[in-house]
Amino acid sequence: MRTLLATGALALLSGCDMVVMNPTGDIALQQRNLILTAVGLMLLIIVPVMVLTVLFAWRYRRGNPDKVYDPTFDHSTTLELIIWSGPLLIIIALSLVTWTSTHLLDPFRPLERIAPGRPVPANTKPLEVQVVALDWKWLFIYPEQGVASVNELAVPVDVPVHFSITSTSQFNTFYAPTLAGMIYAMPGMKSELNAVLNKPGDSWGYSGNYTGRGYSDMRFQLRGMSQADFTSWVAGVRKGGGTLNAADYLKLEVPSEKVPVIRYAAVQSQLFDRVLNQCVAPGKPCMVDVMAQDSARSAESLRRLGHAPAGDTSMPAPRPSPGDPHNHPMSSPVRPLAPSASATTNP
Amino acid sequence: MTSTSLTKTIFGRLTWESFPIHEPILLGTFIVVAVLGLAIVGLITRYRLWGYLWKEWFTSVDHKKIGIMYIVLGIIMLLRGFSDAIMMRLQQAMAFGANEGYLNAHHYDQIFTAHGTIMIFFVAIPLVVGLVNFVMPLQIGARDVAFPFLNNLSFWLTVAGAVLCMISLFVGEFARTGWLSYAPLAELAYSPDTGVDYYLWSLQIAGVGTTLSAINMVATIIKMRAPGMSMMKMPVFCWTALCSNVLAIAIFPALTAAFFLLLLDRYAGTNFFTNELGGAPMMYWNMVWIWGHPEVYVLVLPAFGIYSEITATFSGKPLFGYSSMVYATVVITILSYLVWLHHFFTMGAGPSVNSFFGIATMVISIPTGAKIFNWLFTMYRGDIRFDLPMQWVVAFMLTFTVGGMTGVLLAIPPADFVLHNSLFLVAHFHNTIIGGVVFGLFAGMVYWFPKAFGFKLDEFWGKVAFWGWVIGYWVAWTPIYIVGLMGTTRRVHHFDDPSIQPYFIVAGIGALIILVGILGFVMSIVMGIVKRKQLADTTGDPWNGRTLEWSTSSPPPAYNFAFTPVIHDLDAWYDMKSRGYERPAGGFRPVHMPRNTGAGVILSALALAMGFGMVWYMWWLAALSFAGLLVVAIAHTFNYNRDYFIPAEEVATIESGRSELLAAGA
Amino acid sequence: MSDAITETAAAAPVWHVTEEHAHEHGGSGPTILGFWIYLMSDALIFASLFAMFGVVSTSFAGGPQPRDIFDLPLVALNTAFLLASSITFGAAIPHIEQGRVGPTRAWLAITGLLGAAFVGIELYEFAHLFAEGATPQRSAFLSAFYTLVGTHGAHVTVGLIWITVMLVQVGQRGLIPENRRRLMCLSMFWHFLDIIWIGVFTFVYLFGVIR
Repeated sequence: MRTLLATGALALLSGCDMVVMNPTGDIALQQRNLILTAVGLMLLIIVPVMVLTVLFAWRYRRGNPDKVYDPTFDHSTTLELIIWSGPLLIIIALSLVTWTSTHLLDPFRPLERIAPGRPVPANTKPLEVQVVALDWKWLFIYPEQGVASVNELAVPVDVPVHFSITSTSQFNTFYAPTLAGMIYAMPGMKSELNAVLNKPGDSWGYSGNYTGRGYSDMRFQLRGMSQADFTSWVAGVRKGGGTLNAADYLKLEVPSEKVPVIRYAAVQSQLFDRVLNQCVAPGKPCMVDVMAQDSARSAESLRRLGHAPAGDTSMPAPRPSPGDPHNHPMSSPVRPLAPSASATTNP
Repeated sequence: MTSTSLTKTIFGRLTWESFPIHEPILLGTFIVVAVLGLAIVGLITRYRLWGYLWKEWFTSVDHKKIGIMYIVLGIIMLLRGFSDAIMMRLQQAMAFGANEGYLNAHHYDQIFTAHGTIMIFFVAIPLVVGLVNFVMPLQIGARDVAFPFLNNLSFWLTVAGAVLCMISLFVGEFARTGWLSYAPLAELAYSPDTGVDYYLWSLQIAGVGTTLSAINMVATIIKMRAPGMSMMKMPVFCWTALCSNVLAIAIFPALTAAFFLLLLDRYAGTNFFTNELGGAPMMYWNMVWIWGHPEVYVLVLPAFGIYSEITATFSGKPLFGYSSMVYATVVITILSYLVWLHHFFTMGAGPSVNSFFGIATMVISIPTGAKIFNWLFTMYRGDIRFDLPMQWVVAFMLTFTVGGMTGVLLAIPPADFVLHNSLFLVAHFHNTIIGGVVFGLFAGMVYWFPKAFGFKLDEFWGKVAFWGWVIGYWVAWTPIYIVGLMGTTRRVHHFDDPSIQPYFIVAGIGALIILVGILGFVMSIVMGIVKRKQLADTTGDPWNGRTLEWSTSSPPPAYNFAFTPVIHDLDAWYDMKSRGYERPAGGFRPVHMPRNTGAGVILSALALAMGFGMVWYMWWLAALSFAGLLVVAIAHTFNYNRDYFIPAEEVATIESGRSELLAAGA
Repeated sequence: MSDAITETAAAAPVWHVTEEHAHEHGGSGPTILGFWIYLMSDALIFASLFAMFGVVSTSFAGGPQPRDIFDLPLVALNTAFLLASSITFGAAIPHIEQGRVGPTRAWLAITGLLGAAFVGIELYEFAHLFAEGATPQRSAFLSAFYTLVGTHGAHVTVGLIWITVMLVQVGQRGLIPENRRRLMCLSMFWHFLDIIWIGVFTFVYLFGVIR
């Protein structure tokens, strides 16, 4: 019976590919190492607690004649000190780890290394990938290459990648466990992720946050390839794919499920910015312009009230303050768009 | 044309299509529920119990009866919530590759939403509130809670919420949005049918009940303790009840406000959480999690109190480090309010913000760890009796520490980046909720059952329940932890990767073992009733307890204590027993008690009708019920005849009856 | 404390209270505390609404802005009505304490009239804004504005109903302890709404116009 159980357990574990514990990207690797460190630190206190629980439960059972029974023992300053300071020390250690790792592995922070001991060469420009979460598929735009794909993310290995991520309607999470942790894709907001893949090979990426009917099948193939393969992949897309302009995008935006890989040889410029500003549909004003006009109007009415600083009669329309891009995805800088978007707003 | 518009006016958006007669699973469920319901109604009518139930239970303002009714509600809803769990496990074990499973996304998404909603709002909360309601006034030596009518109203509002939620099973749809109904998915644009409306109205109605109940409990604990019981002589369970309810008062307004704004978005077309016209859906996430994280402490703190009481009683020792236990509870209460952002580290708040919330979360583990050590050293040099309640405590200590560890892990933002929204997270919170809250509730129910009914639960079936839950928990959730580490996300109804199927099959087997545990618990009640003569407790103190509730009879008389006790020590009843206390045999006085009232039932029924009217756009029904609510509430304030005296002779009869029982037992 | 514990030895501790104080009967007991706790939870609902307003207070979506739509003199007048109603309720308190039914009802009625004037002006303001096209659906800012101000107004309306009920009940039964207790709760409720309104006036109207 015991051997049966043991083989069963082994079979289960050998069949299991814990990608989170065995990633192929440097960021995910560091996150894995952090998990192991933290678990190790916590086991310092968890294991003694569990052992003592079983030990005390056994030793002080009523049926044990050899035990010491002290019905008044309810306080010990020494023990209390240990009880409070033990966990405190562990948490102090973990807090230090947390503070540094949270800053080092901040998804918005440009990469410093490609892999342990391999710093990013100077003047390396990361590969730009723009990610749009649609209902229920992922759109990847390569602005520098001018191509795009649906549900297929090709990434050259050992090249830093900078993702700009948004969504059309729902809060999704962009989650590629082999590459790096997940980050929310939110409508009207831009999240960023810096990551690098170190090994070629295919794996899956998911939407981590439930978004409705087609959510379960909203997956993408993450394809790590050598730089040469990536170049030929781009060339292949350029040859074989269709185009993606605003009208095509609006068709793509219609909710659909289990969407196969689609490739686009050409992408309308600034499409991502229009998605981000929710103004792909013709005639719809861009969020960023509406906000700019709101501020301008506000400043103008304030000036008329006579509150503006003297001499500042030509106050420029302030852009929505970008602030520190770290602070909030809502305040991520959004580039102003071509003035084509009409200034009028919907009634 | 006129007939359709008339139908629309009367029935709103309710049509024949709203009844799921084409869904075999739902139809089957409906038939079973209907047959069971008719059987129960028939039996009650056959034995002419309606009058008894109405007079003695439904309209009762007795905190003990209300507590028991809360627990009955919790157990019934547990069966519903657990059926959802079994269905999910079955689907996830089947649906691989070409096999789509037996549930489509439409149905599956309602099931996981209903499971989470019901388990938290209509199982965990009623069970916790029920135990606090039953035990706390007895422990502080009070005759009832501060506002007995409000207590009855709170209970019935919770029932109204639960009923509205259950109606959605057979009339229309439930939400397909996850248990917190995140915006913008829960907005009208993406969830146009009745689901989210059912969700919002049932939780708003129940939430009013929970808030009122929390206010009631806090006022009771602060104002109605027996003479001599200073705050630092109060049983730990009362301390945890106090902190839990203070927390509930502090957090439920945020949830009420969030739901209120979402309701306005859905009914009035406002733009709070929409993607359009300046809406800020992220604000919804903040508001629900300002409620959501402390909510787990609202549930787990009373469970911690239960463990404390049981460990002290069955170790035959006072609780180790009482004051540090109290401080730990208070610290947890305060800190739990400062950690909500850890539920969405991955939304991209800056590293400093994330670090702050991560570290604040970890700091909670310090007082929690201190609590675990306190229980450990209560057992140290004890004389431990391993009756069922104590077994639950040991199982809790071994299970919960693992859940605590994975919790701290999730509190580290970069680790959360890979674990968030994965099944690892789902396994973590089931580890803490089952290992922490559910085990505690079972321990508490087994522990205080003889106090409530005068006989113990059946031991054999109690053991079946215990082992079923403990083994079932580990078999069901260990594989879920593992698939989480394999990058599997939550709420998925169909998989492609066949290598994870074995884990889901094992998890399904675990769920079946838990089912054995649940049935075992039901059986332990049934067999307890069957064997109640053998299992009877005539002493009122079956476990050699230490706190005041064990000083009165089992079940306690309506007035709890013939004379209000005077407290000299922390473990008041142990103190009384060890210093030669004798029960007073005479000199009884009339006891002043609150009078029963049907107003709570009526108000809640109207609230239910209003919720139903709003869900289905039957505006006339909603408006009429709302007007009815106002009228009944105002009319109730014109009733000044709210109390009465139990005559001294009746008290004397009851007390001498108990003296005879005690003499016969001794 | 004598007869019930005669059996125990004289030196034994006292285990019971034998002489119960008529608990809860009319006196404030836990009611004032409980009602105060309720007000705190209500304050947190308002805090959430304020927070919501703060987040979207500049999300005009191209629609009307505070300076376009707020009529400060009107709102100031309204504020004066509500503050005055708090003072008139305060004037009722000594009469309540000394059991004088007539003056109590008179001051309550005046308070109610001032409150009704407040609600009336608020409804007028809303109707005016609707006519200008500044509806709650127009932008998140307007949604939050109407909800925050409207929720306060709904509370004042509940207060008006309560005042009416108390006028009747005090008339029927006089200032018996139950009614006094209710009036104390009502007074707390009414002053609470005043405090909330000061927040609304400052953060919504004043800041909206001068920012």
